[in-house]
Amino acid sequence: MPNLNPQDYQAIWLSFQVATCATLLSVPLGFAMAYFLAFSRIPGKSLIDGLINLPLVLPPVVVGYLLLLGFGDRGFFAPLLRALDLRIIFTMKGAVLASMVVGFPLLVRALRIGMEEIDPRLILASRSLGARWWDCLLSVIVPLSLRPLLAGMTLMFARSLGEFGATIILAGNIPGLTQTIPLAIYDYTNTPGGDSMALTLCLVSIVLSLLVLLVSDRLALRVRKGVTR
Amino acid sequence: MKLEMQVRKRQGDFELDLEFCVEGERVGLFGPSGSGKSTAASLLAGLVRPDQGLIRLDGETLFDSARRISLPPERRGVGVVFQHAHLFPHLSVRGNLLYGWKRTPAHLRRIELESLCDVLDIGALLDRGVNSLSGGERQRVAMGRAVLASPRLLLMDEPLTGLDETLRHQIISYLGRIGREFSIPMLLISHSLLEMRLMTDSVLELASGRLQSTTTPEELARRRLGSNRAGYINLLRLDSPLEEDGLWRYRWGDRELVMTAGKAGDGEALVELSSKDITLFKRHPEASSARNMISCRVKSLFEIGSRVGVELDCGGEVLIGQVVRAAARELDIAPGREIVAVIKASAFRKLV
Repeated sequence: MPNLNPQDYQAIWLSFQVATCATLLSVPLGFAMAYFLAFSRIPGKSLIDGLINLPLVLPPVVVGYLLLLGFGDRGFFAPLLRALDLRIIFTMKGAVLASMVVGFPLLVRALRIGMEEIDPRLILASRSLGARWWDCLLSVIVPLSLRPLLAGMTLMFARSLGEFGATIILAGNIPGLTQTIPLAIYDYTNTPGGDSMALTLCLVSIVLSLLVLLVSDRLALRVRKGVTR
Repeated sequence: MKLEMQVRKRQGDFELDLEFCVEGERVGLFGPSGSGKSTAASLLAGLVRPDQGLIRLDGETLFDSARRISLPPERRGVGVVFQHAHLFPHLSVRGNLLYGWKRTPAHLRRIELESLCDVLDIGALLDRGVNSLSGGERQRVAMGRAVLASPRLLLMDEPLTGLDETLRHQIISYLGRIGREFSIPMLLISHSLLEMRLMTDSVLELASGRLQSTTTPEELARRRLGSNRAGYINLLRLDSPLEEDGLWRYRWGDRELVMTAGKAGDGEALVELSSKDITLFKRHPEASSARNMISCRVKSLFEIGSRVGVELDCGGEVLIGQVVRAAARELDIAPGREIVAVIKASAFRKLV
């Protein structure tokens, strides 16, 4: 099996960075959105739910293209980005953004299902014991949502590691800058004699994904132990 | 405690329309399931909002639709104990107990953890996780959690349903201790007449979302004499058990009762006796297979349907018997008359 070259290591490191950033950046908004979907009772909720879940069913290429339209040089957000001196397309930020949008529904879905399983009487008990709503959120809902949060983060992280379609359109395939593992594999398969390198990266991908699952399982066990003691 | 409620709440096909003003330290909200008891409780605790109305506790307005007042649950000072304890699964017993205590301003705290643990016997559980507790322990911790928040009113929504009989009476005695030690007014919600009689002094009777009557548990029990198949249930507190020939002799006031059920060494006992199991004789029957022949004086009579309830004074203790109208005539039962109540030893049912 051929050894990995520096460019491959870069791709692996970049994949890890992108997935980590995308997951961590999504947590606050994902939590807020799941809380809203689980506990609010306003009309139009199912529409919002549908919009959030859309990237799950749309081809990632479509998501990437829409993001390009929005964040490109003549896109809807272009003036805002210029004002902030931010460049999204063809940068690592683009890769992170693409992963965030595509993985977000997975995070919200897992969190929401978890939150809906919290017995509403626990929330009522907390309120009647003197907790304001934010206090109840921090002392009851957040601790009881840790496991679903972990599950959602795992799913999202894994999804980000494998993100291809939206990334290649929004961030391009620039080695060392936006080329993550899947994009590198794509490059190798298009290069004569690159098959073995592609296979090596596939193996790396499998190992990484397995690691994520194992770590997540271990963490979930600890959270559960913390809960039941 | 003085509680005023005048509320209306629609929930699907069900409409709750209540209006009452009640005073007392031990009040019951009684009615069959679906009568709106729990809805009324949720309205009081601020967990559900009335469509319209007014709720006032000890002169303070908790809700007033006309003046657009609606205190959030955390400011009502109403502690809630649910049917299933609903302890926080991520906290230890101590964490659960102190949840409300920590959120109560220091100058409003009246009860400390140590004294609560003594009253409820939960000191040994403090560092346990709540998922390893038994049903009775869970309910005690839930009561303790509510009490430690020093509420103005302890609202208990069917706290004993789902517990077996032994546990139920154990919890009842703990609740009694809470009431005595910490003098917290209680509002008990239940469909059990026995619980009403053991734990409340006045009762609001609900049926299909309306107030039927404001009454006493005793009155409620007597009213059932005509309709309930079991008749009126006498609750007798006995003590000093003594075994004799396979039967148990208990002291009841200055009399003695002989029964088949009993247990040595447990001192006091609470015993049920149906009014139907008491036979009245004009004169002492001298010999009878029944083991109890108690001379007593007729205190009063009350008619319910075709039955006549007879209130008997047995040396200061009260016993309620029942006869049909014709029997009352033939025996010439009237207040002040001496009479003999005959009860079989097997008629008593021991609760505690």
